[in-house]
Amino acid sequence: MKPGVLSKSPAARPAPSMPRLSPSGWILLALLPVLAVAPLLLPTYQVTLANNIGIFALATLGLVLLTGVAGMTSFGQAAFIGVSAYAAAYLATVSAADLPGPLAWMAGSPLAGLAVGLVLTLVIATVLGAVTLRLSGHYLPLGTIAWGLSLFYLFGNLEFLGGHTGLSGIPALNLFGIAFDKAEALFYLIWAVLLLAVVATLNLLDSRVGRAIRALRGGQRMSESMGVDSFRAKMTAFLVAALYAGLAGWLYAYTQRFVSPAPFSLQAGIDFLFMALIGGVGQVWGAVIGAAGVTFAKQWLQDLLPHLLGRTGNFEAIVFGLLIVLLMQRLPGGIAGWIAKTSERRRHRPAALESAASDLPDAAPLPRRAMPQKGEAVLEAKGVTRRFGGLVANRDISFTVRAGEILAVIGPNGAGKSTLFNQLSCVDHPTSGEILFRGERIDGRTARAMAGAGLSRSFQHVKLLPTMSVLENVAIGAHLRGSKGVAAAALRLDRAEEAQLLAEARRQLVRVGLGQHLHAEAGSLALGQQRILEIARALCADPCLLLLDEPAAGLRFLEKQALAELLGKLRSEGMAILLVEHDMDFVMGLVDRVYVMEFGERIAEGPPETIQTNPAVLEAYLGGIE
Amino acid sequence: MNLQIVMLLGQDGITNGAIYALLALSILLVFTVTRILLIPQGEFVAFAALTMAAMQGGTPVRLGWLLLALSAAAMVMDIHAAWRRDGRLAARRGSVLSVGYAAALTALTTLLPLADAGVAVQALVTMALIVPLGLALYRVFYQPIAAAHPLVLLIVSIAVHVVLVGVGLLMFGPEGARTEPFSDGGLRLGMVMLNSQTIWVVAVSLGLILGLYLFFERSLYGKALRAAAVNRLGAELVGISPELAGKASFALAALIGSLSGILIAPITTIYYDSGFIISLKGFVGAIIGGLASYPVAALGALLIGQAESFSTFWASSYKEVIVFTLILPVLVWRSLSHQGAEDEE
Repeated sequence: MKPGVLSKSPAARPAPSMPRLSPSGWILLALLPVLAVAPLLLPTYQVTLANNIGIFALATLGLVLLTGVAGMTSFGQAAFIGVSAYAAAYLATVSAADLPGPLAWMAGSPLAGLAVGLVLTLVIATVLGAVTLRLSGHYLPLGTIAWGLSLFYLFGNLEFLGGHTGLSGIPALNLFGIAFDKAEALFYLIWAVLLLAVVATLNLLDSRVGRAIRALRGGQRMSESMGVDSFRAKMTAFLVAALYAGLAGWLYAYTQRFVSPAPFSLQAGIDFLFMALIGGVGQVWGAVIGAAGVTFAKQWLQDLLPHLLGRTGNFEAIVFGLLIVLLMQRLPGGIAGWIAKTSERRRHRPAALESAASDLPDAAPLPRRAMPQKGEAVLEAKGVTRRFGGLVANRDISFTVRAGEILAVIGPNGAGKSTLFNQLSCVDHPTSGEILFRGERIDGRTARAMAGAGLSRSFQHVKLLPTMSVLENVAIGAHLRGSKGVAAAALRLDRAEEAQLLAEARRQLVRVGLGQHLHAEAGSLALGQQRILEIARALCADPCLLLLDEPAAGLRFLEKQALAELLGKLRSEGMAILLVEHDMDFVMGLVDRVYVMEFGERIAEGPPETIQTNPAVLEAYLGGIE
Repeated sequence: MNLQIVMLLGQDGITNGAIYALLALSILLVFTVTRILLIPQGEFVAFAALTMAAMQGGTPVRLGWLLLALSAAAMVMDIHAAWRRDGRLAARRGSVLSVGYAAALTALTTLLPLADAGVAVQALVTMALIVPLGLALYRVFYQPIAAAHPLVLLIVSIAVHVVLVGVGLLMFGPEGARTEPFSDGGLRLGMVMLNSQTIWVVAVSLGLILGLYLFFERSLYGKALRAAAVNRLGAELVGISPELAGKASFALAALIGSLSGILIAPITTIYYDSGFIISLKGFVGAIIGGLASYPVAALGALLIGQAESFSTFWASSYKEVIVFTLILPVLVWRSLSHQGAEDEE
């Protein structure tokens, strides 16, 4: 399993329904009084600086979500700020006569400016996301570079936006009778918006949608198999990031009271990424640290460097660039990641001891699907053939798995078991032949659709999110059993459902014997336990068919016994189970029927006793007698 | 618009398109071998052009100092690596030699009167400066994280680009420069007057593409690079070190970049930060090729050259907007033809 993309710590500390205050709660509590008195004590110049930091931090927060959590990156954040700032500035300065009749009321209205800015930002982000997010990870950054540059030239050339000189004379912001004409007044507005965004982001990450976004870094194949629409999860992260940039742009226009193309150039987009990286992309608070750090450092360098070099120019970029390289090479978690890591070390708490299974409140169980009758055919392969060019990896494979039965597919290396498994789990599709699930053809469907239908799987190479807790990893399996979205999560309207999902995850973990490790980092488990975790995650989806890819590999003897017991219990409850396995002792003692493959073809099928004495099987495994 | 203007614009488009095609090939080469999107590709172009201009204008050539600094940094990193590995302070011979080379070249470019040396010598000196610069960039910035996630590599690429642009301003100043054309006159083909620089650009581009083709098809190093591009792990297992592959691809990228810079310098005024926009058009070509296909990337880049040239005529101030918006339909088409979710490793 690869470590996280940029940082090894998860974005938010998992704090599912814990009564005590999370670290972020403490930070907020400490920050509020400081922020309340800051404008009263600081000179106006410093307050203005703090306003800028707040605006930058808001935009950077979007990048933390996008880059640090979801593992994508965008250079378009400054351009989004620009779109929204220009919308606000244009509507604030245009005269009603210049707008088409029905829209004349918008002239001079800051709220109309906000709405138009946000809508424009989201529409553009949707288009950009739609054309890049399905593709590999390089297209989003390249696409946003191209669009950021285009927009910069566009701003500079549009007459009604003031060309390169921009729009000036934006009146002071006036909302519901409150005038935000002084830096001190704006300070409260900006930082209130920022803190609300931080809280919303923390809430979002600690939710069903947030888990889907965080799961993006574990590989899309896993999350798609759990029913997560990874394109949608990416789009959600990208739109939320754009939304924050849009808010920042509106605040920017009313703080500066002047907009021109320069602050929204690609260079500024790069600066925002640098802020996120320096602060620490894995941590929500990294956005604030990064924005403040970079802003102060920039000021200092702009004073210092011209003295050193005897010339003026954008030389602080050299320092920041080198800093980023150093950071990427030495400290990919950024400043906030480093703080989180050291403070965790200081606390010395072994994560596994932190909780027993009991500290989650009981919630009403989730509704379950109607299970098939025992003996009903759940999965049928009919003449499945898969060719890769001239190579026939599977030839004419046919079998049936029934409810309340375990079928093992065995065969030497290269027999075509993995190819078959991929087709059964709808990751790959047969060249010819049919696969039926509960009587319906499923070849050609997506893995995600099948997760919803009740087909659940584990992976040969364990795929989980090593820095997420065991509980949250398993809860990804229940993704399709919840329905609350982004807004509900950000506003904490999803708590009842969230408690149900987590309770279900806990139930499955207790069932497979991992009840002692609920809040441990999944990556800290032994390999065998990680395999068991995958089974719990699969069970969380309430399946009627389990596809297990080498579930016993890496397990110790006692663990194997426990696994066999669990699978036996599931069978007696009516589950249909297909497993691909190498461990003969494990298979022979457990399964009802064995399907033996060699060179892509069936060589034998039957109960374990007859397979063990089948001459073709013996020859395949032990070699013929010359 | 009459036929003559069409021919003129077409000729411009071909000249620029050929340069973009070279850059697209180079970007693809580096990407497939190392998974790095070489954003600093454009800096090779700008540095080469401005170094040529500095030589011709008789102003000090400062690029050697950057090479010297990077070579020294590479040597320090080598010594540090050796110290961590076997607890001995020892420098590899290669890194000492490269520092010596950089020092010698810096002295040479500072002391010799290169203004009268002729274009050929100036071009050779420029390439002698920039090709090792590519190697040193890889060694210092990318090699320590060669195995990192592509996103990390991309971020480092952006950072290196930002650093180089800043250093470029320091070395060359904010003024733009243009160099003398390689030769005067042109060639009359029927009613079309072919500009001599166009002929140079097209000829050198074709020569370079042929050279690259022979290198990849016929030479062992070329085949090793292709193997590394197809399957890095597999290539490593048969003894092709990723370090070698990375350095070789960066050296080639620097070579192509410097040649492009030398070729474009007499046509366009180049500033210290012009490289990015130029190389970005190479990127657009590479994207048209799906970050995979060399011929499609080259054709895409030629198309970009034409689009740019004709939009200069119709809507000159929206030139860049039009060119960069061109990738939208490409991305739409790629998205629609894309099948399912894949894991990036």
